[in-house]
Amino acid sequence: MTPEDIRTAFVEDLTSVAPDIDPGTLDDDEHMQDDLGLDSMDFLNLVSALHKRFNLPIPESDYPELATTAKAVRYLGRALAGQGG
Amino acid sequence: MPSLGADMEEGKLAEWLVAPGDRLARGDIVAVVETQKGAIEIETFEAGEVLELIAEPGQTLPVGAPLARLSRPGEEEADAPEAGSSPSRTPEPALEPESEPVAPTPAAEPAPATPAASAPRPVHVGPSPGQGALASPAARARAAEAGLDLAALTGSGPGGAVLLSDVETHLNAVPAVKAAPGKPATKGKPGLDMAEMRRAIAAAMSRAKREIPHYYLSHRIDLQVAQEWLSATNADRSPDKRLLMGALLIRATVRALAKVPELNGRFESTEFAPAGNINCGMAVAMRGGGLIAPAIMDAQDKGTDETMASMRDLVARTRAGRLRNSEVTQGTITISSLGENGVDTLFGVIYPPQVALVGFGSPRVVPVAHDGAVAARVCVMATLAADHRVSDGRRGATFLAEIDRLLQEPESL
Repeated sequence: MTPEDIRTAFVEDLTSVAPDIDPGTLDDDEHMQDDLGLDSMDFLNLVSALHKRFNLPIPESDYPELATTAKAVRYLGRALAGQGG
Repeated sequence: MPSLGADMEEGKLAEWLVAPGDRLARGDIVAVVETQKGAIEIETFEAGEVLELIAEPGQTLPVGAPLARLSRPGEEEADAPEAGSSPSRTPEPALEPESEPVAPTPAAEPAPATPAASAPRPVHVGPSPGQGALASPAARARAAEAGLDLAALTGSGPGGAVLLSDVETHLNAVPAVKAAPGKPATKGKPGLDMAEMRRAIAAAMSRAKREIPHYYLSHRIDLQVAQEWLSATNADRSPDKRLLMGALLIRATVRALAKVPELNGRFESTEFAPAGNINCGMAVAMRGGGLIAPAIMDAQDKGTDETMASMRDLVARTRAGRLRNSEVTQGTITISSLGENGVDTLFGVIYPPQVALVGFGSPRVVPVAHDGAVAARVCVMATLAADHRVSDGRRGATFLAEIDRLLQEPESL
């Protein structure tokens, strides 16, 4: 998967959790909680969706790696590469 | 049209989920209604067969207007109760101080105020098929044409009979009744009118501040043990099975109510009625503003994992606009938790007719005295806003202390 593919998938899961977020105006450096207003349940649902889509464990200790779209795309890319691809 | 809150005056039927001939059991979901709180699934409080769907999707109807007719097993059609009418209104009796009571006297000059303020308020309590109301034939015909329930009108004719002029006045005053398209307003999401929601919050909170003599208590709870247990538990779980601290806070609060049951129940009109079950309202902030507090029904029977599953389900359905009427009208206590990114302390306003609101600020690492030394530990400020007509600070303190005690043993919650 290219970083663009990962970003597309991430934004899809993010906007599914928070349907009012406009993918067109989403800034990749916006913070999930502070800027986009995700609460802990929204964030957990996002992590659950990513887990389901990518089959990655995403432990709680890695949550800070998902703080922004840019960070999440890098994290998911690394995790997928390390998984054996 | 059931009342889904003391502040609700009308609702718009979004869709029917049943058809004539369907046999219903008590609690079956029969329709979806759009309200100030978003789309709500309406449950029937009566078993029976659907005889007739009176309201049409898209129609806006005043609270109390019949939506459909059911046959009660073994009874004549004429006695058919109205689906979703009286039982759901009982918890919110016609005592609604937010709005002017409708004078039963002939109103020669109806107030041309806002549609909401001038809409006649149905005050009948028992099942009362609209056809039984006193009305002139012309009024009856016009009301039928407009899809209006005669029982919802105040008649100015002899013996309170509804005249054609009453129907016209009502239709002119409440244009929305004529299945009009939705009002233009800022929409947070489909089926949710933010201005209406703000109005609903304002009405409920004004009533709380006017009628309920609040007292407030605050207590800092050390969550270090709970946090460590949570992290260890979640480490072995896939994301969809993980717990949030919020689930522990709700579970501990629900269990603590067993020790101070007078905080759980409803204060309707003049008397407090303690509730046998705990329908634990959970304040859910709407993205884009506003707040809904749907209840986790029978929370006393749900362990931590089940509580978490219920929370997930409720939040998802709140966001999607698919709550059930029991969940928005039958709460017995409310918990408002700021989650991870809020401030230290939340001072709650009780959601009438409940008598207590428990608030949790954001858990934070703070310096506290622990085992004779100062240590950095995760703590949360728990607060209680409670109704002084029902309980006193001493009992409230017992309650917060019990929540604290329970949270020190998270594994046995």
